[in-house]
Amino acid sequence: MRQLIVTVLIAAGLAACASPPEPARPPLPTVEAPAPAAPAPRPTAPAPTPAPQGPVPGSVQDFQASVGDRVFFDYDSFSLTAQSRTTLERQAAWMQRYPAVRVLIAGNCDERGTREYNFALGARRAAAARDYLVSLGVPAARIETVSYGKERPIDPRATEEAWSVNRNAHTQIVSGAVS
Amino acid sequence: MVTAMMSVLISWLSRLGLALALVLGLSAAAAAQVRASVEQGFFNPMPIAVAGFEGLDPAADQIGAEIAGVIRANLERSGLFRPLDPASFIRRETIGVPPAFPDWRVLRAEALLIGEAQSLSDGRVRVRFELYDVLGEERLIAFQYATLPDNWRRIAHRIADQAYERLTGVSGYFDTRIVFVAESGAAGAGRSSRLMIMDQDGANPAFITPASFQAFTPRFSPTMQQITFLSLESDRPRVYLYNLETNRRELLVDGSAMTFAPRFSPDGGAILYAQDFGGNIEIMRMDLRTRQTTRLTNHPAIDTSPSFSPDGTRIVFSSDRSGSSQLYVMGADGSGAQRISFTQGARYDAPVWSPADDVIAFIRQGAANASGEPFQLGVMNADGSDERTIAGAYLTDNPTWAPNGRVIMFARETRGGPSQLWSIDITGRNLRQMRTQTSAVDPAWSPLLP
Repeated sequence: MRQLIVTVLIAAGLAACASPPEPARPPLPTVEAPAPAAPAPRPTAPAPTPAPQGPVPGSVQDFQASVGDRVFFDYDSFSLTAQSRTTLERQAAWMQRYPAVRVLIAGNCDERGTREYNFALGARRAAAARDYLVSLGVPAARIETVSYGKERPIDPRATEEAWSVNRNAHTQIVSGAVS
Repeated sequence: MVTAMMSVLISWLSRLGLALALVLGLSAAAAAQVRASVEQGFFNPMPIAVAGFEGLDPAADQIGAEIAGVIRANLERSGLFRPLDPASFIRRETIGVPPAFPDWRVLRAEALLIGEAQSLSDGRVRVRFELYDVLGEERLIAFQYATLPDNWRRIAHRIADQAYERLTGVSGYFDTRIVFVAESGAAGAGRSSRLMIMDQDGANPAFITPASFQAFTPRFSPTMQQITFLSLESDRPRVYLYNLETNRRELLVDGSAMTFAPRFSPDGGAILYAQDFGGNIEIMRMDLRTRQTTRLTNHPAIDTSPSFSPDGTRIVFSSDRSGSSQLYVMGADGSGAQRISFTQGARYDAPVWSPADDVIAFIRQGAANASGEPFQLGVMNADGSDERTIAGAYLTDNPTWAPNGRVIMFARETRGGPSQLWSIDITGRNLRQMRTQTSAVDPAWSPLLP
């Protein structure tokens, strides 16, 4: 408990320090998420000291590897699947463990649609993910949403497999993660 | 199909009431009035002889030959004319002298266009031309331009427009430009998506945005000085304005809200666009003078892709308020939205109101056409009647109208292939590919140049 309070205080302190009137958003990380079934690649850089098991808790890598940063949708749908809900439940729990974390959820679509409709659909997907996180207790103020329509596919191919991974809501950590 | 074409013809004729009356009046005076039919022309294009524009000096000679070539290419591409091979011409006609009509009738020419170019002492070039009805042996147009030699292409387009208009009764569209998005690289954040502008026939292509600036869905202002478009600059989809005269670009709506799907009002004084209110997409209007914004829709569904009627009194848009994306027409103030698309199993997107008529072009999906192509380009009347699809593909998007409301350009993509720009007549005839250097999407047709 004491440990937790300290963590929270540090996090709050960091958040206070890192909150100028106009918080500048760091450049978004390049989207290189794996297909949902594949395990996330572990950082392979040689560690000078014996590395702990897996990524540093509370880090972006921890979020991507042990929580999952994308949820996937059916074609032309913004309904959350059971699997998507499970992933979002892990995201909500993780965000509650690391309360300084702020995220940007980006909605994405496959290529089979008009450009403008896909921007709208992506916004719906991002909002569906956000709404579920909020319903699980994550403060709405910690979540921003955006849509990239069909302009930011993970897999540029025109195959069922590519389309299924390109239809997603991508939760990206903007600030507050342990580095 | 015949009924569909008849009703197009009727809607056309009613719009062209004035032009038609004029033609009928002339017909009464001149028994054999030459006329290319905008309905039947594709089956039987009018043979026209465009003689080489004679140069009265060596510099003008070159320009004259180029002008004649561009006029022939324009008329041929319209699908309504069949320019005859100049190598078969046996006579050289002179401006101001009646042509030898029997010699042109031998070639089966129904119309004859002759011209001449002359360098002037002030550095300009003077271009004169005459259009003749070969069968009726009548002069239809005699006109001249004086311009800087560099401007010869526009003179060619203007002459082609005058001939097209006189021979079809429909205003021309050759002196226009196309803005579109030139793509290179694999889809994603690293793809270059640059705005490019070119003449309607593909000549003079030029980038207007830098490679690092991802831009989409450009649309011309009716005044031609501005383009509005979407950019993902700073990883935020937002609507921008670009001034073609000053080369300045400007973020239109401040703040972090996502804005997209911009389009000018017919008078150029306002922009309609869509804005994301936390997953609820609404249609907005911004007055460009005061920068005041008004929310026009108020519905939890997606409302997007707004497009004004040419008189500015109504707006067509797409909305999934019924459960799937469909087309709706509402008043300019957002009142009285009425659904106009009803084909079973089809969803509709990207509506664009014709600049000349109560006709709406759209993209349709779900109800496959005879060729089994999942996405179609279609047109329907603004009240939803007389719907028909006129082209299909793996993917079609962003229809845009020529200013005469006769020709539609759109992006067409094969599965896994690049996207290309194509044009087609609203009857579904005369499908033509535009040649571009790279994959091309999101075309927008300008009004006639001033």
